[in-house]
Parts: sequence; structure tokens; C-alpha cells
Amino acid sequence: MITINGTSVSFDEPMTVGTYLDAHQYRRSLIAVELNYEILPKSRYDETILKDGDILEVVSFVGGG
Amino acid sequence: MEHAFTEQEITDALARRHGEETQRLLSLGRVAIAGLGGLGSNIAFALARIGVGHLHLIDFDRVDLTNLNRQQYFMEHVGIYKTDALRSELLRINPYLDIRTDCVRVTEENLPGLFDQDDIICEAFDRAEAKAMLVCGIREHFPDKKLVSGSGMAGCGSSNQIHTRRISRNFYLCGDETTEPSPGHGLMAPRVAVCAAHEANMVTRLILGEETV
Repeated sequence: MITINGTSVSFDEPMTVGTYLDAHQYRRSLIAVELNYEILPKSRYDETILKDGDILEVVSFVGGG
Repeated sequence: MEHAFTEQEITDALARRHGEETQRLLSLGRVAIAGLGGLGSNIAFALARIGVGHLHLIDFDRVDLTNLNRQQYFMEHVGIYKTDALRSELLRINPYLDIRTDCVRVTEENLPGLFDQDDIICEAFDRAEAKAMLVCGIREHFPDKKLVSGSGMAGCGSSNQIHTRRISRNFYLCGDETTEPSPGHGLMAPRVAVCAAHEANMVTRLILGEETV
């Protein structure tokens, strides 16, 4: 199981962070991704395969300040 | 410049309110505020009032008349740089604060040099892209610095939807996380100030060694 934004999920096929983000229509310029409580640089989204026990937090920013 | 009160008088007054040890820690605080709009100007006022000793104010923009609905500026500031306007106001509260200003736009390129000296960084930008860029950059370059960010505070929805959440060890997010400005639901002083106060209080807690939300 993988925990994404607090919800447990599992995938039938190997899933990269990039594929997951695209499938959920995240815009990469508006998010910060923390994998196991550390920032995942954008350059590594497409090469990072989610593995059992991973905790992924996708933080979406909205405008206003 | 002549000041009406000595540094010792102000320090004593703050210590009477906050306690001596608390005030000693606050005076040692080193906080950067990136973006001096509705969030940043209110955060800066709060931290200056309690005597956070070292403030680093960053913004490239000038005060606009449309800012006065929520930002801590006055009509005489319209047209001047926010860094200059805010610095002069904070020094009216406490002329002995160490205030550094950088009138620049934060980019991925200048970020590592800009925040090198700060212990705690407050993200207080307006645009979502700028927020994401700053958060990603600080987390990548300075994973050991404390980062407090704000997202989602437009309109006049419930104050109680605005919260502080600890994303990871050194990364805190304040706001309702969803409400962006839209027609009829713009950014307004009360709710922006609620979010700014969340950020300022989290910074205060971190300076005083309290890492939970």
C-alpha cells in the first residue's frame, strides 16, 4: 500500500510519481511533492517509481496573499 | 534619529508582556518574509510588535491603491516600494529591530543566496506559481530551515476552515488550501489576516521551540 495525501491506495502496475500526477491533472508548476517527508525535485517526478510503504504528499497551491 | 524610548525601555516593556526568557528568544529570531502583500505585511506587523529581532523583508513591487483593502500600508505609500514602506512602518513600532530589505523578485536562480542567513522563511506570495517555486526551492536548497507557507484565504468563508498543517518536519502550510480569488470573492482584509496570523503564530511557536501545530 502507498499513502497519497492521507489515503491508502495500491496500483496494479508500477506507477511513477509523474504518471500519477498527470493522471490526476495536477499542474506541475503549482505543486510541491513530498515523498516520505522530503521534497521530491521536479526533475525526478518521472523517474521515481512509487513503492510499497511510500508516503506521498502532493501540496497544491492556490493564488492569494 | 532621536527615539522617544530607549532600546532598554522597549525591551523591558516587551518582557513585561511576554516574560524575560520568551523575549530573549524572540529577540534572537531570524525570519524572512517573502512577499509583502496581505499576508506578508500582516505577518511582519505581528512579528515586529512582539519584538522578533531580525526581519528580512522581500518584495519587488510598489504599493498600489488596490492593496489598501487588506495590506498594512497607507495612502502616502502608494507608488513606493513595499520594502521601503513596510520597513519605515515597522521601525515606528520598534526602531531597534534589525530589518534587512531586498527589493527583488525571487527566482530559482537567486533563491539560494537570498535566504542563506534566515532561520525561518515565511512564504507570503500572491501567485500560486510563485508559492510553489519558493516552497520547492527552499525545501530543496535548505531542507533544515523552517518553512511556513500560506495557501487559500480568499473571500469571506468560515474562518474555521483556515488551519495550520505540518506537511513534514520543517514545512508548515496555513490556509484553507482551496479558496483562490474569484469574481465576488476577492482577497479581503479579515480572512487574509486570519491566514497571516496563522503563519505569524506558527513562526512564533518555532522561535520558542514548539514544533507542533
